[in-house]
Amino acid sequence: MTVLEAKLSGRVGALGIEVELDTQGGTLVIVGPNGAGKTSLLLMVLGALEPSAGRIAVNGRELFDSALGVNVRLEERALGYVPQDYALFPHLDVLENVEFVLECRPDRANARRVRERALAVLEELDMLSLAERRAHTLSGGEKQRVALARALAAEPRALLLDEPLAALDVGARREVRAFLRAYLQKLGVPTIVVSHDAKDAAELGAHVAVLERGRISQLGTWAELRATPKTPFVEEFVLSESNAPQRERRSRPTLA
Amino acid sequence: MTRPSKQTLLRVVSGDGLLLALGTMLVLFLALPFLGLVATTSFRDFVAGLAHPLVWPALRLSLLTTTASLLVVVMLGTPLAWLFARSRGRFLRALETATQLPVVIPPAVAGVALLLAFGRRGIASALYPHDFSVAFTTAAVVMAEVFVSAPFYVQAATSAFRRIDEDLLLVGRSFGASPLRLFLRLGLPLAAPGLVAGAAMSWARALGEFGATLMFAGNLTGTTQTLPLAIYTALESDFRAAQALSLVLVAVAFGLLVGVRASFFVPAAGASEGSRA
Repeated sequence: MTVLEAKLSGRVGALGIEVELDTQGGTLVIVGPNGAGKTSLLLMVLGALEPSAGRIAVNGRELFDSALGVNVRLEERALGYVPQDYALFPHLDVLENVEFVLECRPDRANARRVRERALAVLEELDMLSLAERRAHTLSGGEKQRVALARALAAEPRALLLDEPLAALDVGARREVRAFLRAYLQKLGVPTIVVSHDAKDAAELGAHVAVLERGRISQLGTWAELRATPKTPFVEEFVLSESNAPQRERRSRPTLA
Repeated sequence: MTRPSKQTLLRVVSGDGLLLALGTMLVLFLALPFLGLVATTSFRDFVAGLAHPLVWPALRLSLLTTTASLLVVVMLGTPLAWLFARSRGRFLRALETATQLPVVIPPAVAGVALLLAFGRRGIASALYPHDFSVAFTTAAVVMAEVFVSAPFYVQAATSAFRRIDEDLLLVGRSFGASPLRLFLRLGLPLAAPGLVAGAAMSWARALGEFGATLMFAGNLTGTTQTLPLAIYTALESDFRAAQALSLVLVAVAFGLLVGVRASFFVPAAGASEGSRA
């Protein structure tokens, strides 16, 4: 697991970056305060945002390197992106959402079997009963499962989840988080999760990277972060996981 | 403390009563002409007006030319609007502004400009066979309508495409969707209500086109005399015909307006719920 360095500075679009992410087949959760650059980092890994300079590699695969002129197109990065509100195509039902993915794939030989294969994907993930539902009729948790199934239908090299639980009711989060944890473990697809929630980091992440003011300030397992927090933010962050009342902190105004 | 008292004074003077009075004056001014159109005619006059020989050729021609111009505008304008909405380049931004020019220039100027471009001695006349000109033909009517109505559609379509949640398109691209698939399978259906509304407004503008048509296509019954030109012509001979035709146009326009409004106030099925923190 090596995150050499993540440096984000200046305006979006004028960002320099140096990131090498290795999920080791597990889940890497990137946490940090608002405005630290978490979503920018994710969009750069996805290929939707181009850093002005630097290098991005995920699990050893070079995606961007300004020095070598490497910039793999978003369409060819083979990353499964699941945004915060899940972005199910609202004009298509669940089955058609999955079919859309299969139709995009270049193996034309299988084009005729798209429906068959889409049904197989839903069956495998135990979601056949949702096949004819539209996104707006699904619960938050169902939407997330469909979004994951849809992303997986593209057989991505890695999954990118942006705040996977933020769109849910607080009450539903626990259950969906437990499901997500089990699901990601079962799948074994390398996953990068961006979150501001300590509970996500504690339960979902094999490893946690803390992003502060555009830099990775600490990287390790949750246990390591708890045991030896390197910055005041990390110290406060690990405490916020348990709902235990936080200790009174004196004179720490710079904690952003 | 003079400030609060001034504010209090203002509030008293510009109370709801005054605002209501000012607003009512405008509404009355706008409503009175419509009332005049409807109230000063009888059903018999209306039928007699519609029987005027100018009426049916004009009605037929207007339907024909506005259908043709709408097809041209939608076929060519939709891809353009998609490019405008998707691009952040300076050139396309400038071009987007430029395509709005026909909205702000007077139709008479549009007529002169069309003549200078496509008339007998226009700059595009080299393309014509000898001594031919598209001016003063039915095709010229369609061209004038496209010229004045396209900007309405392009603008509405561009903003409809811009309203699409960017994440939907990012997700589509992450599956490897080609630009064409993105446009056809996501862009078009997701922007459909806005595209239809834009097409309706654009069509209404084409239907009402008068100035540019008169100058570039003329006023020939059956060939270039559309409904507005027929009204203008009938005004000199048979006022009932002018009034009847006007009523037809008002009814069509009103129906269109109500239809577009209604489709805009239906909440979009795909309105995204989760908001970004």
